[in-house]
Amino acid sequence: MIQEEKYEVAVIGAGAAGLCAATVCASAGRNTLVVDREEHPGGILRQCIHSGFGLRYFKEELTGPEYAERVAEKAERAGVRFRFGTTVVSIRRETDGALCLTSLSTAEGVRIIRADAVILAMGCRERTRGNLAVPGSRPAGVFTAGAAQRLLNIEGILPGKKAVIAGSGDIGLIMARRLTWAGIRVEAVVEIMPYPAGLTRNIVQCLDDFHIPLLLEHSLVNILGHGRVEAVEVAPLSRGVPVTERKFRIDCDTVLFSVGLIPENELSAEAGVELNPATGGPLVDSSYETGVPGIFACGNVLHVHDLVDFVSEEAEHAARMVLRRLDGSDGGSGQFPVRAESNLKYVVPNRFLPGCGTRFAFRSLIVCDDGVLEAEQNGKILLSKRFSCVRPAEMLTLEVPGSLLKEPGELKFRLRKGEEI
Amino acid sequence: MVYDVAVIGAGVSGASTAWRLSRYQLHTVLLEWRSDVGFGVSKANSGIIHAGFHHQLSTLKARLEIRGNLMFEALQHELGFPFRRTGILVAAFSREEMATVHKLYEQGIANGVPGMEMCGRERLLQLEKKLNPEVIGGCFAPGGGTIEPYRYVFSLVESATRNGVCLKCDFEVAEASRAEDVWRIRSSSGAEVRARYVVNAAGLFADRVSGIFGAEEFTIHPRKGEEYLLDRSSAARPERVVFPVPGAHSKGVLVIPTVEGTTMIGPTSDAVDDKFDTAASAEQMQRILSHVRNLIPGVSPRDLITSFAGLRPVMDNEDFYIALSEKAPAFVQVAGIQSPGLTASPAIGEYVKDLLKSAGLPLLEKVHFAVELAPRHEVRHESPAALDRLHSGNPAWTHIVCRCEKISEAEIVEAVRKGHTTLDGVKFYTRAGMGRCQGGFCAARIMRIISRETGIPMEELTKKGGNSRLAAGRLGDLPVNTAEVRGGEGA
Repeated sequence: MIQEEKYEVAVIGAGAAGLCAATVCASAGRNTLVVDREEHPGGILRQCIHSGFGLRYFKEELTGPEYAERVAEKAERAGVRFRFGTTVVSIRRETDGALCLTSLSTAEGVRIIRADAVILAMGCRERTRGNLAVPGSRPAGVFTAGAAQRLLNIEGILPGKKAVIAGSGDIGLIMARRLTWAGIRVEAVVEIMPYPAGLTRNIVQCLDDFHIPLLLEHSLVNILGHGRVEAVEVAPLSRGVPVTERKFRIDCDTVLFSVGLIPENELSAEAGVELNPATGGPLVDSSYETGVPGIFACGNVLHVHDLVDFVSEEAEHAARMVLRRLDGSDGGSGQFPVRAESNLKYVVPNRFLPGCGTRFAFRSLIVCDDGVLEAEQNGKILLSKRFSCVRPAEMLTLEVPGSLLKEPGELKFRLRKGEEI
Repeated sequence: MVYDVAVIGAGVSGASTAWRLSRYQLHTVLLEWRSDVGFGVSKANSGIIHAGFHHQLSTLKARLEIRGNLMFEALQHELGFPFRRTGILVAAFSREEMATVHKLYEQGIANGVPGMEMCGRERLLQLEKKLNPEVIGGCFAPGGGTIEPYRYVFSLVESATRNGVCLKCDFEVAEASRAEDVWRIRSSSGAEVRARYVVNAAGLFADRVSGIFGAEEFTIHPRKGEEYLLDRSSAARPERVVFPVPGAHSKGVLVIPTVEGTTMIGPTSDAVDDKFDTAASAEQMQRILSHVRNLIPGVSPRDLITSFAGLRPVMDNEDFYIALSEKAPAFVQVAGIQSPGLTASPAIGEYVKDLLKSAGLPLLEKVHFAVELAPRHEVRHESPAALDRLHSGNPAWTHIVCRCEKISEAEIVEAVRKGHTTLDGVKFYTRAGMGRCQGGFCAARIMRIISRETGIPMEELTKKGGNSRLAAGRLGDLPVNTAEVRGGEGA
């Protein structure tokens, strides 16, 4: 007989987003459950044993596990209930509007969890070699950066002895340093773009400090080896195309891919949540509610953040919106569309409520040291903000106060280089 | 002991032969040089059960293909591997192509292909809604389908071993000699097996094995096929296997709805020199994409989750070479089993059995022959109520290890206990690691389970046997270049 449980709020994922959102809900007296497939809270933070977390949110520098421990403690103190080692395999909206999760765990078998509101906080997964169709053979020794990080930091296993890292995403940069500290030689980090994909501070602290070459505008064009990786071939790019005459070989036994993150929304999509092709995350209104009433989203499952501190802030904000909905306020009706225009990859959230102040998050498509972000509505510039360092790797945010968002009509954002003024 | 038959090679041909022989009162040994069965040519097969209209009946491969195709329902019933008759259609986009389709249709009728149908544009679009609307016509054969080739090999071998066949993996045939009507076969690591009859089903290396036994000289030419796999969420997934109009040496690049819900595009067909060259290339990917988008415009590189390549073992005359050796006694050649070898494989096993009989092997049916395998439970196919019942017998059924394909710890443990102790062995047996994250989340967890079940330390596990070690040791095993690290800190 399958047992059922009932909560006011069910949160899927016990990473920073899920824990922070649950804390807000439980603190407000709501009966809140967090479900996670792992045996411990913290999500991917648990394998991020380096420091650099929490400077904004906790005003001090913490390691990933420390950050995880703090947010988990806050959640426990707030009275959040936990279900670890539990995988949610489906989310359904019943005909009466109730949300119904099916979960599997060793301890309890199949459980049905009913909730008035569901917060999606499943995070993201890494893009793989296969997603990019990187040519070559398929030997052992090819890992995503995060998988190698888990092997090294959780299992205590050395993924190899001599590595090349494809892509300069933050996890790849962190892993370049981590591998070096474990005695693994990092031959190069190869990046197809003319600028790094990761944060500037990671380039300095993880590559420059260890004299690890960063090959910008280069592409990994071949992986060689039968049983185990033996070498890779790398070629410079000319207008985005590899110049194969100038390709060269780097001997190595390990290749790490750090080539981007994809919000993990298969569960959401199966529940009928509409996704934004630009983010890979759900389309949400200013309450962080998805197109399915009662299902909210925050953190990396919504869009990939650069700092966990922003994830925590966004999750808390989303949770406050969940509370408002539980208290009986209206849903997304009466909201107006938000659009990202020139030089912006995306904007989150995708709708706004007149009179309600909202923090918008953006990703730039351009690199510049003087950028101006503008909000425009009905032909009028509502607000503009200058940024001294605009990089696709770094998230931009803009608070638009409710006093400026009074009128109905589409809200458009655009980014331009400052010198154009 | 002296075996009655030694089958060399545990791909589809060898496995099917060993399985066929397992119903007789014989001692059969199946020798495989890799760490697991089906890990050579068979693993990278496209998984098509061909309908039987692509080849002329004058060839052995066409005759065995047509016979083999008809055997799959019974086989699936007994062995439970994933198989579905989706139907195969060939889509033509010009009048020249339509002329070829007419020939295929007539060939299909001559070959006795059931339900073979010439189709106009409307009919084709009704059969396959994802098809490029610029199609002008084609043909359809409802008896074609798709199968998971490695699962098929695993089931054949599992049923064969349950019925007494002895499987020896990591056995690379290095030498053979014959005395007193018995073959003595030595492996490269010094192991020895003796058998009265030998079946050479060594795939790409059948030429080498033939030489070792002093049998016929011939050359197996590897012909590479690259394939790309699309995520199960791909909107381009067709209902049926979609073929283009074939070229001279291959059936063309196709779109395949796999039985397990993903979509495969490929294969290419290019002669290569190296029998180990299974690398994928950027040029071929572009070629495949442009070809299949002509068939099904919805195919998108955004849906790619992985690529792989396989090698077809090709004889000079392009046909199968299945015959008693005229040079080496009690030696059966099963060589050149390229496409449609998978489709033909059940018939190949039967054919080889008859050849052995004609060479004097006595075939007495066993009194107790347990052909059927117990049905396998798989979390992805079970209802919540059924899963809850499985959980009460074994809680590992509701511990999901591979999130993308919903594979439980119980399924992984079963694979390991059945002898699949490499990461790829577990992957191909269970699908764990085959989904969109390609093992990014679950590989370490699976390694932990394999290690726990086998006692092999995690750092010594391999991807696919041999020198495919997954790790280089434990943290602390490598000296750290402190000068470099310290220099870093000072900078």
